[in-house]
Amino acid sequence: MDFGPHLMLASLEGAVISAILVLTAMGLSIVFGVMRVVNVAHGEFFMLGAVFAWVVTTTLGGHPAIGFLAALITVPILVGCIAAGADRLILKRVNYDPDRTIVATIGILYIIQQTTLMTYGPEARPVEAPFNTRLSLPWFEFGENGFEIFWPWGLSITSYKLFVIVAAIVVLTTLWLVLTRTKIGLIMRATQQDSDTAQAFGIPVGKVYSWVFGLGAGLAALGAVLVVPIQQAHYLMGGDPLLLAFIVVIIGGLGSLPGTVIAALLIGMSDGIISVFFSPTLAKIIATFLVAMVLVFRPQGLLGKSVA
Amino acid sequence: MSKAAKSNALHLAILALLFALFFVLPAYHVGAFSRIMVLAIYAMGFNLLFGYTGLLSLGHAMFFAAGMYGFGLGISQAGFSVAPAFLTGIIAASVLALVVGYLALRTAGVAFMIVTLMFAQTVYLVILYFGEYTRGDEGFVIQSAQRVFFGIDLTTETARYFTAFVLFAICFLWAAKLIQMPFGKRLVAIRENEERARMLGYHTDSYKLRALVVSGAFSGIAGASYALLFGYVGASFSTVQYSIFPLLWVLLGGAGTTIGPLIGVIFMFYLIDISSSYTTAYMLIAGVVLVLLTLFAPQGLAGTLRKRVFPWLP
Amino acid sequence: MPNEIKKTSKINRRSALLGLGTSAGVLATAGILPGSLGFAQAQSSAPIKIGFQKHATGIGAAYGRWYGATTDAAVKRINDNGGINGRPVEVVVEDDGTDPGRGAEVLEKFANQHNCDVAFGTLFSHVVIGSAPRAGELKLPYFVVSEGHHVASGGLNRYTLQPGITDVKSQVISMAPFVADNLGKKVTMIFPDFAFGHDHRDFFSAAIEAQGGEVVAKIAIPPTETTFTRYFPSIPRETEVIYHVMVGPAVLTFVKELGEFFGPNRPELFGFIDSLEAVDIRSSGLEFLEGSYFWEGMPRHVQADQADYEKAYRAAVGVNERGASVDDEADVSTYAHMFGCWETLNIIKAGMESADYQGPQDRTKLIEAVEAMTDMPASEDHPQGDKVFNGKTHQTFGKQYISKVTDGRLVVEHTASIEDGRYEDEVDYTTQSF
Repeated sequence: MDFGPHLMLASLEGAVISAILVLTAMGLSIVFGVMRVVNVAHGEFFMLGAVFAWVVTTTLGGHPAIGFLAALITVPILVGCIAAGADRLILKRVNYDPDRTIVATIGILYIIQQTTLMTYGPEARPVEAPFNTRLSLPWFEFGENGFEIFWPWGLSITSYKLFVIVAAIVVLTTLWLVLTRTKIGLIMRATQQDSDTAQAFGIPVGKVYSWVFGLGAGLAALGAVLVVPIQQAHYLMGGDPLLLAFIVVIIGGLGSLPGTVIAALLIGMSDGIISVFFSPTLAKIIATFLVAMVLVFRPQGLLGKSVA
Repeated sequence: MSKAAKSNALHLAILALLFALFFVLPAYHVGAFSRIMVLAIYAMGFNLLFGYTGLLSLGHAMFFAAGMYGFGLGISQAGFSVAPAFLTGIIAASVLALVVGYLALRTAGVAFMIVTLMFAQTVYLVILYFGEYTRGDEGFVIQSAQRVFFGIDLTTETARYFTAFVLFAICFLWAAKLIQMPFGKRLVAIRENEERARMLGYHTDSYKLRALVVSGAFSGIAGASYALLFGYVGASFSTVQYSIFPLLWVLLGGAGTTIGPLIGVIFMFYLIDISSSYTTAYMLIAGVVLVLLTLFAPQGLAGTLRKRVFPWLP
Repeated sequence: MPNEIKKTSKINRRSALLGLGTSAGVLATAGILPGSLGFAQAQSSAPIKIGFQKHATGIGAAYGRWYGATTDAAVKRINDNGGINGRPVEVVVEDDGTDPGRGAEVLEKFANQHNCDVAFGTLFSHVVIGSAPRAGELKLPYFVVSEGHHVASGGLNRYTLQPGITDVKSQVISMAPFVADNLGKKVTMIFPDFAFGHDHRDFFSAAIEAQGGEVVAKIAIPPTETTFTRYFPSIPRETEVIYHVMVGPAVLTFVKELGEFFGPNRPELFGFIDSLEAVDIRSSGLEFLEGSYFWEGMPRHVQADQADYEKAYRAAVGVNERGASVDDEADVSTYAHMFGCWETLNIIKAGMESADYQGPQDRTKLIEAVEAMTDMPASEDHPQGDKVFNGKTHQTFGKQYISKVTDGRLVVEHTASIEDGRYEDEVDYTTQSF
C-alpha cells in the first residue's frame, strides 16, 4: 500500500483503538478519581460485561441488533450491581486502605475469573455486531492527469468500527455532562476533592463510594458490550484492558476526564501511526517507551494538577 | 534480650529450621522449598523498596528477568561458566534498576507504579523482539552439563536445595542487616514522611535510587538462581503476572517485616498447591482466602503477629 | 481437573484378549517382539499412573479441555481392552496454568507426590521447555503433544519424547510444494512474533525458496494484540498467497479483519488451522474464507473416504461430523491437534508392553522401547494416519492435510506424504546417558 493511504488507514485504526481505550478507561477514571483506590479487578468487570453480552445475545437469538440493544441496557446494570455488592461486602470493610484493597481486589479477580471459567468456559466466543458492512475508502492524488480519486487496495473500515468511535464520543459527552451539570456530579466531585468535608456537609460518603464503584464497573461493562463485537468474549480478556486503562487514566491525570480522553487519543494514535514506520513489535516497544516517558517528564499526568 | 538480639536470634532460628527441613521433608516438599527460597529472595527485594521505602513498583518482573536472561544468555551466547554468568545476571539487573530508577524516580505514587509497569512491558517486548537469541516466549533450556559450579552438579536435589538455602541465607541476613543500619532507618523515614526526611538534610532521591538498585539486585539474584536451579529461561517471567506476585507475597506476609516475604511466598505456594489437590476451582478458594485475609489480618501475617503477639518482630 | 483420579479397572477377559490382539499386531508391524503375554499373570495389579499435565486454566484452557476429553476417551479404550500389561491405567490430572513455572512444579508432583510412572500431555511449547529439564532430573519419561520443534531440535533431553504428533518444522516444510505449485510463488507470511511464529517464518521461507518461490514480506504480530488491521497494509501488492498462522483468543478477530481488509478481491489464502482451531468455520464474518486453504493436522470434517478407524476415534472422543461436540454443536473441538493425546497414550501402552514395564525402575527400558519404534501404520491406535517415529530425534513424522473450504466444509484437497516433511536429524538422543 502507498504511504498516504497506509497512513490514513493507520490513523483510522488508531482512532478505533483510542475509542476502545476511552470506553475501557472511563470507568476506572471515575473510580480511581473519586475513591483513590487501586482496583485490580476492574478489568474483570469489563470481561463480565463482554461475557454477559454473549449470554444475553445468544439467549435472545433473532436479529443480532435485538440482543445487542438488550445487552446494552441490562448488562451494565447487572455488572454495576455486582460491583456495588463487592464494595459493600469487602472494600468498605477494609476501609479502602490502599494496600488491603490491592490484595482484596486480587482476590475478587481470582473469584470472578474462576467462576467465569467454570460456567462460561475457556473458549473465546464471538458476539455478532448489529450491523457490519465493509466501507471502501477513496484516496486522492495529483498525478499526470490532474486531480484523481481512486480506491486503493485494502483501504477500508467497517460501519461497526465507525459506530464504536461515535459511541465513545456520545458516552463520554453524556458522562461529562452528568459530572459537571447535575447534582450527582456535584456530590461526586465534592467527595473526590475532600471526602471529610463532604461528609461534614451531609454527603453520605460511604453510599457515594458504593455508587461510584458500581458506576465505574457499569461503565466498564458498557464499554465491553460496545467493544465485544469486534473482539471476542474470553475469560482472560480483562487483563490487558486493565493495564491499558490504568495507563490511560494516570497519563491523562488522575480524576480528569478530559485528560483521560487526550491520553487515550495519544496512546491509540501513536500505536496506530508508529506501526506505519516500524515492524509491529518494534513499533509497540517504541510506543510503550515513549508513553512512559511522557509520565517521566510530566509526573502529574497531562491534565493533572498535583501528584497523588 | 534486646530487640536486636531477639531479632537476630529469630533470623538464625529460621535459617536453622530451613536447614533442618531438608532432612525431614519428603522429596516433593524439598523441591518446593528450593523454589520457595528462590522466590523469597525476589519477595525480599521487593519488600526493601515497597515495605521499607514506600515505593510501589508494578514492574519488578523486569529485574527478575534481567537476572534470569543475564545469566541465561551469559551461558548460551557468551559461553560463560556458572560464576561469571551469575555475576552477569546480577549486574544486568542492577544496571537496569539504576537506569529505570534514574527515570522513574522523577515520579511518585501511582505515576511510579505506571512508569515501572510500562518499562517492564517494554523489557518483555524487547525479549520477544530479540527472539533470535532469546527464543521469545518459548525460552530456552540451560543444559544440565552447564549447571556445574566448581565440580558440584547443581541438578541434584541436595545441591539444589542447599544452593537455594545459601543464596537465601545471604540475602536474608543482608536484608536484615541493611534495615538495622542507618541506611535502612532513613528508608523508613522516607516511607513515613519524605518531606520531613528531606528537611532533616537527607538526600532522599539518592536513598530512593540506592534502595531501588539493591531491590533490583535482589530480584536479579532470584532470577539468575531460578534459571540456574531449574534450568529454564523464558519470557513469561517478565510478564505483569510476575510483577504482581511479589506485591501479593509481601502484602500477605507483611510489608516492612523481615520475615514477611518468606511467609508470604510459603503461604501462597501452599494455598495453591493444597487447594488444587482438593478441587479444580482452586483459584476460587485462593480468591476467597485472599479476601478473608485482608479482612482479618490487615497487616499481613507477620504484621498481624507483630501487632498481636511479638511486638519486637523486626 | 487436578487430582481427579479415574479408576476404570473393569477388565473382562474378552476385551483383554481383543486388546492383546490389537497391540500384538501393532508391535509386530513395528518390528518389535510382543512383550509379556501374561495379562492374567501380571505381577502387580496396581494401576499404571500417567500424570496428565493439563492446561486447565490460563491461555491454553480451550485446548486443555479437549486434550482432557481425548485423554479420557483413550484411557477408557485402553482399560476396556485390558489395560497395560494387565494393569489398569489411572490418569492423574494436574493443572499447569499454561505457565512454565507451574508446569515444572506439576512434574515434581507427578514424580514425587503421586508416584506416577510417566508424565504426558503438554501442548504449549513454553510449558514443555520449562518442564523438560525437571523431567530429565527427576528421571520421569515425559511424553509431550505440543507440535513444537523443541524436541527434535535437540534442546531437550533423553526423557522428553514427542511420538504422537508431527513437529512444526516438518508440518511447514511439507506444505511448501503444494503452495508453490497450486497457489502462487510470491508469499506474504503473517505470524505471531514469538518462537512458534519464528519457526513458521524460518522453515517455510527456506522450503518455499527450494520450490522456486519467495517470501515477499514477513509480518510478525506482537502478542496480546486485539486488533490487526493496521498491520495489513504492509502486505505487498504483488502478493499471490497469504500464509497466516495465529494463536490465542483473538484468532477470530484476526481472520475477520483479514477478510474485511481485502473485501472482494483477495489473494489466495493459506492458513494453519491454528488460526481457527476451536472456531466454527461458518461463524459470521468468515464467509470470505470460502475457497481458501488450510493446513490440518487431522481433517476436522468427515471426509468422503472416511476410514473405519477414523470413525471409531471420532465417536470415542464425542465429536460429530463437523468436528464439534456431539452434545453442543457450537462447541468446536481442537481436532487438528488433540489426536496426539490419543496416539501418544497408545504408544505409551505399546512401549510399556514391549518393555515389560513393571514400575519406575523400568522407565529407561520404556524409553528404549519407544526409541526402537519406527513405523506406526494408520489404525485405531493411530487414527490420524501413518507415522514414522525417529528414535534418535524422539520425534514422529506423519501425513499432513491441506483442506479447501468448500460450501462451509473443510474438504481435503491434498495429503502431504511423510517424505515431504522429512529433514535431517539435528540430534541423537540415544547417545545421551540416562
